Amino acid sequence: MTKKRYERPIIIKHISGLMNKFGSNPTASYKSDIDGVAVEKLVEKFGSPLFVISEKQLRQNQREAYRIFKTRYPKVQFAWSYKTNYLNAVCSVFHQENSWAEVVSEFEYEKARRLGIKGEHIIFNGPDKSREALLRAMKEKAKIHIDHFDELYTIIELTEAEKLKAKVAIRVNMDVGIYPMWDRFGFNFENGEAWQAIKRIIAAKNLELVGLHTHIGTYMMSAEAYRVAAINLGTLAKKIKNDFDKVIEYIDLGGGFASHNTLLGQYLPAEQVVPSIEQFADSISSGLFELSFTNEEMPTLILETGRALVDDAGFLISSVIANKRLSDGRRAVIIDAGVNLLFTSFWYKHKISPAQPNGSYTENTTIYGPLCMNIDCIQDSIALPALKVGEKIVIHYVGAYDMTQWMQFIAMRPNVVMVMENGSVELIRKAENIDYLMERERVPEKLLLKKK
Amino acid sequence: MADITIPKNLAVSDSGFLFLTSTGETFTLNEIGHFIFKQFQQNDSFETVKNKIAQEYEVDLNSLEKDLDDFIAQLKAYNLIETK
Repeated sequence: MTKKRYERPIIIKHISGLMNKFGSNPTASYKSDIDGVAVEKLVEKFGSPLFVISEKQLRQNQREAYRIFKTRYPKVQFAWSYKTNYLNAVCSVFHQENSWAEVVSEFEYEKARRLGIKGEHIIFNGPDKSREALLRAMKEKAKIHIDHFDELYTIIELTEAEKLKAKVAIRVNMDVGIYPMWDRFGFNFENGEAWQAIKRIIAAKNLELVGLHTHIGTYMMSAEAYRVAAINLGTLAKKIKNDFDKVIEYIDLGGGFASHNTLLGQYLPAEQVVPSIEQFADSISSGLFELSFTNEEMPTLILETGRALVDDAGFLISSVIANKRLSDGRRAVIIDAGVNLLFTSFWYKHKISPAQPNGSYTENTTIYGPLCMNIDCIQDSIALPALKVGEKIVIHYVGAYDMTQWMQFIAMRPNVVMVMENGSVELIRKAENIDYLMERERVPEKLLLKKK
Repeated sequence: MADITIPKNLAVSDSGFLFLTSTGETFTLNEIGHFIFKQFQQNDSFETVKNKIAQEYEVDLNSLEKDLDDFIAQLKAYNLIETK
């Protein structure tokens, strides 16, 4: 006799007066495959936890974003934001899709060069660039985005000493009606500091001002703010043309477009409150068109979009280690992926799906990671069906920042695979092991345990 | 003899909808929860219920015992059963 499928016994108490007006249970569906490759098979071959990236989704996101901007503004160039995800395979997909590299550190710069990106297609951002890094960037004709006056004067000094030319832009911070206003990077627009920097660059004979850059914030929920930013930078470009007869090659509006992740404490799901790429593109292009640039003066629009292009291409598969009942009666599940892998769980309420068909009865569940640390909580409250030990869950939208801000802490970083467009699966970052961990360490001789 | 008894002031429908008449509280039971509850109503003991489930469903006895303990603790917390 075939026995029936077992599901843990569940009782759900009905709570009246707190109706869910936002539709059906978000975890009612399950995700048993990623781009057609079974989750079970992926874990069997590459272990759990496992990061999975969809090549198809990456390309689709990039092509779609380019099409949206290009149909609204004639000159558009994307630059892949390395810090969002600098796995070589991910960067390479974006570079194949004609994205330049946007880097904020020397090692990111080196990564981009090793991946075959020419210096002139690298945007070098960030407040910390060493003299050596600046020299290299100048020699390789990278676009150096100056963050502060000390950097500007270092560049002037280096170009004079080394008889080099430098292609530079300035980063501008401004009030676009967003709180908090990001004023720690770049030169301020409103108080005239940006204009001072521009005048100093124009006066330096070895510096060529090629661009103007701003990055107004992160996970931006207002498209209008980008219109204001575009107008402000465009106004500066116009003034530079009028006062110095110098045409600015590009306006770089940075990144910061929100993805489909929902922030902790956000009442409505992201799908309902986050502006679409079309809305961001509408705002930016309408802002730039307000300035009526001539054809010759029209600057290229550079976008350093990261999160919105990569977040939904990344998944984290994890396995259930244990089920628990907390002291107040709440259900808790312990999984094998912790906050060391999922740094974004500190600010996102990730979408999480079972990887197999479970029952339709759900319980409010707290999801903990495997770390022996109280902070290791992946999600405080999520409706999940009864999960058995060993069953899998899929955490969605983890492509941005998790694979750069992750850390080796108690547990090591797992394999990362990419599901290719043809359905094959490639290992793109090998799991760490104890040898990798200890390779960099040295124990002073006197601390070594003596062999008997 | 039964080690778990169900109070008289509650009603369970065939679909697992549970109504506590004394307080007006309502609950939903999933299939196995409902199955277990029915056995307890028939005065089956913990062991008997465990064996009946093991015969009918694909589950190992250790997992079943853990789940039953947890389920009974919840039923107790909601005042839906009394244990000796």
